[in-house]
Amino acid sequence: MAEPEDLSALMRAARKGDDEAYRRLLVLVAAWLRLVASRGLAAAGRPRADCEDIVQETLLAMHLKRDTWDETQPLQPWLRAIARHKLVDHLRRRGFTDHIDIDDHAETLAAPEAAEEGSALDARQMLAGLPDRQRRIVEGISIEGQSAREVGVRLGLSEGAVRVALHRALRSLAHAYRKGRT
Amino acid sequence: MKTEQLVASLVADRARSSAPLGRSVVRAVALGSLVSLAIFAVEFGPRVDLAAAFATWRFDLKLVLVLVALFAASGACIALARPLASRSWRRGVAALALVALSGLAIELIMAPSGTWGTRLVGSNALVCLTAIPLFALAPLAGLLLALRRAAPASPALAGAASGALAAAAAATLYAFHCFDDSPLFVLTWYPLAAVPVILLGALLGHRLLRW
Repeated sequence: MAEPEDLSALMRAARKGDDEAYRRLLVLVAAWLRLVASRGLAAAGRPRADCEDIVQETLLAMHLKRDTWDETQPLQPWLRAIARHKLVDHLRRRGFTDHIDIDDHAETLAAPEAAEEGSALDARQMLAGLPDRQRRIVEGISIEGQSAREVGVRLGLSEGAVRVALHRALRSLAHAYRKGRT
Repeated sequence: MKTEQLVASLVADRARSSAPLGRSVVRAVALGSLVSLAIFAVEFGPRVDLAAAFATWRFDLKLVLVLVALFAASGACIALARPLASRSWRRGVAALALVALSGLAIELIMAPSGTWGTRLVGSNALVCLTAIPLFALAPLAGLLLALRRAAPASPALAGAASGALAAAAAATLYAFHCFDDSPLFVLTWYPLAAVPVILLGALLGHRLLRW
């Protein structure tokens, strides 16, 4: 793994419209979240199967709430606060109310270990719960790897309309996660 | 859907909120206060001796108090709307406490002790206790709407701070109607009137600001 990158700089670049920087940031953060989530689950005696769900729910929250990061502050404490909030929230939904401390391994950010283990089954179910057009847009971009414009051409929509529907879809996904189906 | 695949959708989503958090909080308070200003204009109106009141130190101090409260509560509300609240908002609250205590000390020195009771009870405490919560409703609603896109570490606390900010905005309006200028009155009844607003904000925040 390359040496740790300046996550704050990646987020600043992402805010200025650098998609590659944003993709890099999200991948790094996802790997770190996987570590935090699996340790949190182990500490709470929960099965690891929930791990990828927590990673995805937290990534979604970071994405949708990224405007709450104050650029004058470092990014990592903000990331930790969101990760802690989401982990505690997830465990609380499953009846676990003890204190979980993620600060112990906070320093390992940007030093990912395990790769993603399989995909989250629930995520596919939730995708199925989206309105048809939103689901096809997310599938087109995420699973088939198309650009927003390509999806638009296929569905007969403008690129702008695709992006609006995509944003709604992500918000619905975040909402579905928060309601916690299991 | 794999996480790596989800990332592709996140990168493709460029929707941003139009304004930084601080600006949308200020806008929400301003818009809500316009509604309250309309109620103020129709039902209450400024005190008749407003021009003369500006020349008295007690009225001026009252304005300073409500404006410092407005400033302090804005800082608290914006900070507590974030996942990681910076602590700098406490400085605003400390400043408010300092102004309040100084005002109280000056009043206790200036006013004969025999008049303290009457000054504290004032002439329209009941109006104060109803008008401030009434004027706070619209700003509070605006704030809670604006904060739905925030990510407060504690939704209840962010709601309480919204309530405090809405009450401070309401108190600023009400100060122009109220005849009671003694710090003894202002520091007793204005905070008491803010309590139900803060509690309502905490309750609604707990329900509406979860994320």
